[in-house]
Amino acid sequence: MPPTRRPRIALAAAAPWRYAPAMTPVEVMAVSFLLALAAGAFGALLGLGGGLIVVPALTLLLHIDIRYAIGASIVSVIATSSGAGAAYVKEGLANIRVGLFLEMATTLGALAGAFAAGLVSARVLMFVFALMLIATALAMGRTRDAGPAPTVRAGRLAERLRLSGSYWDPAEQRDVRYVVHRSGLGFAISLGAGLLSGLLGVGGGVIKVPTMNLAMRMPLKAAAATSNFMIGVTAAASAGVYFARGDIDPFIAVPTALGVVSGARVGARLLARVHSRWLRLAFTIVLLLVALEMIRKGIVA
Amino acid sequence: MNTTPPDPTPADDADARAARLAHVLGGVLRAGVAASILVMLLGLTVSLLRHPDYLWDPEAVKRLMQPGAAFPQTPAETWRELLAGRGRAWMTVGVLLLILTPVTRVAAAVVAFLVTRDWAYTAISLLVLGVLLLSFALGKSG
Repeated sequence: MPPTRRPRIALAAAAPWRYAPAMTPVEVMAVSFLLALAAGAFGALLGLGGGLIVVPALTLLLHIDIRYAIGASIVSVIATSSGAGAAYVKEGLANIRVGLFLEMATTLGALAGAFAAGLVSARVLMFVFALMLIATALAMGRTRDAGPAPTVRAGRLAERLRLSGSYWDPAEQRDVRYVVHRSGLGFAISLGAGLLSGLLGVGGGVIKVPTMNLAMRMPLKAAAATSNFMIGVTAAASAGVYFARGDIDPFIAVPTALGVVSGARVGARLLARVHSRWLRLAFTIVLLLVALEMIRKGIVA
Repeated sequence: MNTTPPDPTPADDADARAARLAHVLGGVLRAGVAASILVMLLGLTVSLLRHPDYLWDPEAVKRLMQPGAAFPQTPAETWRELLAGRGRAWMTVGVLLLILTPVTRVAAAVVAFLVTRDWAYTAISLLVLGVLLLSFALGKSG
């Protein structure tokens, strides 16, 4: 049977503010892949997971249900975290003990968050996601390294669990040893980070990295690597719930995951050549605009 | 090798063990991601070969990508569709492999800490593994 001709419509990306009907499944998958590719690349450049970009891109540009978008995002978050985590673990940057210790909190939080996501309406999810974007945009403006801890003694809990660690810094040509503080506080904040990750399908590195750096006084590099290492496990906890609930549509999740993984590789390669300051500024503005659009859509829809 | 418990330089011993653990965990992660990407691509190919209309039929979007879309949602369903040679089941298996990758990583950590007789971290990693398995079990009722 010959395919019926249909009026060629511009991709939804060209007219995101209007409802763009009549894309074929292959077109939707191709566009999801490309959007995820961009999300993965930007994520790698800015040290964020792709989730923050993937969910708005799928819902606002392709009009995919936010539950399917979150389901696809959580899967891609696992993919990038495992890919990047493998590299960091091998380099010895990720602190496996701190990771496992905090994962007790993030997985419990993620489990609760994934359940909560099933109880609230899509509109509420849109609003909470928009708030998360605004918070991220504001936090991005002032990421700073806390510097070394004020004392050389680790916190009591950290000492008992031997959380303090070290890594080889090739730039400084030395072993960087560090002690860990306030692990209890870190644990408590990680519960919240997990909750947000499970609720919105994002990695939550935006919370985990500052927690480990500012509160627990881990060096920024070790904090970022450990966060990446933890994100996959955290996301797996909520992905189980999302899968069982039928929110992970393979036709959306597969092209998205493939796109984010490829994008993350591209981004990692570009990293050395891009001015991250301008990129950060541009990205902050984009996040705010996206947040506003999500709030608007949450009200209209 | 550092197998004697009273070690004069506990830091070095811990470093060596951490390096070995890191090697194992990194390998688990890489292998899991690679396998899942392969299975996903296979599923996508099978699906498009079986349903060429996905290339030109906008109506199919409703069946595939809008709320209430049909795709396997339990391991049992996935298995049945897999035997029937459906591409979407292979795609789902790829997704499941990806979800199981970090779970396997934690299970590998449990074993590694057990072997090194690090009881505190055996318990911690077992707890994390427990929560992960719980999420799959509880998910059905959610």
